[in-house]
Amino acid sequence: MRLIRRLLYFFRQRRKAGELAEEMEFHRHLLEQESGDQHAANRRMGSAMLAREDARAVWLPLWFDSVFQDLRVGLRMLRRSPGFSILAVLCLTLGIGANAAVFSWIEGILFRPYPLVTHQEQLLALTGTARGESDPTGVSWPDLLDLQKNSTLIDSFIVSKIMGTTLSIGDRAEVTTGSIVSANYFDAIGVHPILGRAFEPGEDTGRNAHPVTVISYQLWQRRFKGDPQIIGKTQRLNGVLHTIVGVAPEGFYGTFVGWAMQFWVPVSMEETFEADGYKLEDRDARWIESFVRLKPGVTLDQAQQEMAAVAQRLENDFPATDRGRGIKLWPLWQTPFNNARTLLPTLEIMLVVVVFVLLIACANVGNLLLVRSFARRHEMTVRLAIGAGRSRLLQQLLTEGLILAAVGAVGGLLVAHWCRHALVLLFPARGGVTMHLPGEIDWRVLALSAAVCLLSTLLLGLVPAMQSGKLDVAGALKAESAGVVGGRGTAWFRSGLVVMQVSLSFVLLVGAGLLLQSLQRIRTTSPGFSTRGVLRTSVNLVSAGYDAPRAQTFQDAMLERVQALPGVESAAFAQMTPLSYGSFSSSPIAVDGYQPPPEEQPTVQYNEVGPNYFATMGIPLVSGREFTRADDEKAALVAIVNETMASQYWRGRNPIGQRVQVKGRWMQVIGVAKDSKYQSVRETPKPFFYVPLRQNFSRSPVLFIRTPLSPETMASALSREVHTLDANLALYEVISLQEQLDRSTSPQLVAVTLVGVLGSLALLLCAIGLYGVMSYAVSQSSRELGLRMALGASASDLLRQVMSRGLTLTGGGVLLGVAVALGLTRLLGHLLYKVSPRDPLVFGSAFVVMSIAAVAACFLPAWRATRTDPARILRD
Amino acid sequence: MLILGSLTRGPRHGYGIAQHLKKISKDVLDVGESSLYPALQRLLLNGWVTAEWGASENNRRARYYQLTASGRKQLVAENREFDRMILAIQKVMSCA
Repeated sequence: MRLIRRLLYFFRQRRKAGELAEEMEFHRHLLEQESGDQHAANRRMGSAMLAREDARAVWLPLWFDSVFQDLRVGLRMLRRSPGFSILAVLCLTLGIGANAAVFSWIEGILFRPYPLVTHQEQLLALTGTARGESDPTGVSWPDLLDLQKNSTLIDSFIVSKIMGTTLSIGDRAEVTTGSIVSANYFDAIGVHPILGRAFEPGEDTGRNAHPVTVISYQLWQRRFKGDPQIIGKTQRLNGVLHTIVGVAPEGFYGTFVGWAMQFWVPVSMEETFEADGYKLEDRDARWIESFVRLKPGVTLDQAQQEMAAVAQRLENDFPATDRGRGIKLWPLWQTPFNNARTLLPTLEIMLVVVVFVLLIACANVGNLLLVRSFARRHEMTVRLAIGAGRSRLLQQLLTEGLILAAVGAVGGLLVAHWCRHALVLLFPARGGVTMHLPGEIDWRVLALSAAVCLLSTLLLGLVPAMQSGKLDVAGALKAESAGVVGGRGTAWFRSGLVVMQVSLSFVLLVGAGLLLQSLQRIRTTSPGFSTRGVLRTSVNLVSAGYDAPRAQTFQDAMLERVQALPGVESAAFAQMTPLSYGSFSSSPIAVDGYQPPPEEQPTVQYNEVGPNYFATMGIPLVSGREFTRADDEKAALVAIVNETMASQYWRGRNPIGQRVQVKGRWMQVIGVAKDSKYQSVRETPKPFFYVPLRQNFSRSPVLFIRTPLSPETMASALSREVHTLDANLALYEVISLQEQLDRSTSPQLVAVTLVGVLGSLALLLCAIGLYGVMSYAVSQSSRELGLRMALGASASDLLRQVMSRGLTLTGGGVLLGVAVALGLTRLLGHLLYKVSPRDPLVFGSAFVVMSIAAVAACFLPAWRATRTDPARILRD
Repeated sequence: MLILGSLTRGPRHGYGIAQHLKKISKDVLDVGESSLYPALQRLLLNGWVTAEWGASENNRRARYYQLTASGRKQLVAENREFDRMILAIQKVMSCA
């Protein structure tokens, strides 16, 4: 209540003050009447001014007045020098904005990676582990059911496995991503369909027994035009007619970072969407990626212990399948089976980078403030002379810094708000659907940004405030000396700021250079197969309802037609494209004469490929032969291994003619292929083998075509061929393997771009800062320069003198930067590919770039120094 | 408290309050004007009095202060507190 009255008083100050004056005058008048003596009355009233001030102080405390006054003066000062204000605010906005944006991205990925899912802090990811393997594995359905039965600490187990199908949009086929989920999925994550229903508990069981699906809001709008009667309609997915039972809410994209899910089907439909047949009763089929929701109050460690115990029991109960297998729980942001884990290192680097940018920006603004303080030295000294306390001056300077920081923070938060969805840039639109990645500005981001703002205020405000401690009053009033405010002390401080800026910029340049070189190496690393002149595409026969024999006929016909096309050198089918998201088939193997260590089950990945695959892909065969048409389902089982597999399992011996057991079937090795990259360009050589597609049939393999023609040309020719064979089929996009390679490295590209952009920004800010310092130094010593000129120094002498000062600063900054960079770039370690963190080429180039920037920045003030008119200077 | 007390019988203006106090206490309580007005402002801030402009005895504009309900309550409370103080001081002094 009192506060409200105070506010009212504040807004009516003048009137209230007038009223009080009138009231007191009335009182005085009456006193005068009573005593008849005007002077006595005046004496009794005492100091009216003091009484008025005391009365006012009742309503508005004294500090309020001074702060208000500071704000008004500060704003007026800033308005008077618009150039400085705009530059300062711009620097701060960029610095604080970049920080806030990265905070919000990190916070989103870290804490709430899945929009609309409730209580994500209780969710954990669950994977299997295998002794002897470093990578986590999936979990099998029977194992999961047993885990569920035996767990008390976990509230629910949720299956969410990513898969895809093809939906034709127009005459093009598009990959549409979906998830196989357990029946409790929607309830467990707290997302409720806006139309229809989620899945019912019974829909988990039965082989392909429940062809129902929940579709996403986006799919509903895009494909079904928001049809209000959508519930109950059907959609063919992978050849099976599914009934649409629900529509998910808008803004829900599933639980997979980096992909937007368009539809969900229950676990019972697993066989329709996954390769390798019906797995729900196979304890050895580890295909499930899952989450768990902990009961309230349970910690990860407790749950992990419980899971380990249950896993141990399973290992004992089912030694054939579960030997050496364990269960691992992961915090959400470390989920191994989605893209968050790959994102986080990049984001961490970004955070360091933006902090650097902020420091550089603050240093810049600090320098600007120092220059202004110099210009205002007369004002300051006069105020001191009149009687302002030093603390009062300090308060005013701090307030000015606070205004700048506050405006910068507001601008920065706006920038961050606009950029909050920019994280999506890291994930290109797939299937016409753009992701919505969380980057909400919430209280955590605001709190951090406020802290940053406060920090920068202190840095900025203190900078000129420190100067005011060294005022020489008498000297200033004489208006003779040039460096009355500060002089020696601030010169060191300013130089220090510049050195810091230069060193930070240098570190950023080195970082960007290393990342760039790493990207370059990645892109030029030969993946072991041809990237130019080979195209890939596919047709989804599964979703068109083809069965195996029909698909076989189609594939044969297709291959013949494609090979007959002009410009096609060779073509081949294969199950999987290298360097794509999906994973290769894998199988435990056994080799004659190879005894694996106990408790270890050697498992190797493989690809099912058609005849001419190696010739088409450009993978050389070290020995033996390719698959031919003769290696079909009636012939003997054969396989081709790669060099690493040969050396690991047949040490020294020639593997050709030897046998290897894959999924219970023995195959004869007929060739050894050169190693290539399979899953990712950055992987280390690993064992891998190939089996003929005919003997391990897949309905929808990928088609590889070796041709010098462009993808667009081939696309139209291929479409025609496909249509001739079946008018209902649509072709997937036709891309070159180079494009495939580029897509697999796009996160690195984005990282380099972001760091590069910010690094250039930092360099620019740094150059501005250097320029500012040099200008200031020149203006400070203008008398000295004028004197020298008068005494006969040449222009080039002066140029050299001024430039050397600037370049010395730069040199100091670079030295410091080199030291810091040598220490810090170690942290980039795991992001760098075949690039040493101390690569001399990168350091050298950064040095050159920095020097050029420094010379450019110093040149202008130096040149201006040579143009000074000595007579005018000496006269002033 | 004194100011509040002087308003119990009806509104007064500043001069009137000072005169009243002086008269009733036979010149013992001589409130300085420089402390009277700040005190009145404090009472206004706390909502214990309200002020209104009105015509004085000689038809000049004067500001009249009036007790509010909470002001009366405050007066009662302060009175009680004051009595307690007096009693305590008396006790101390009589034992000394």
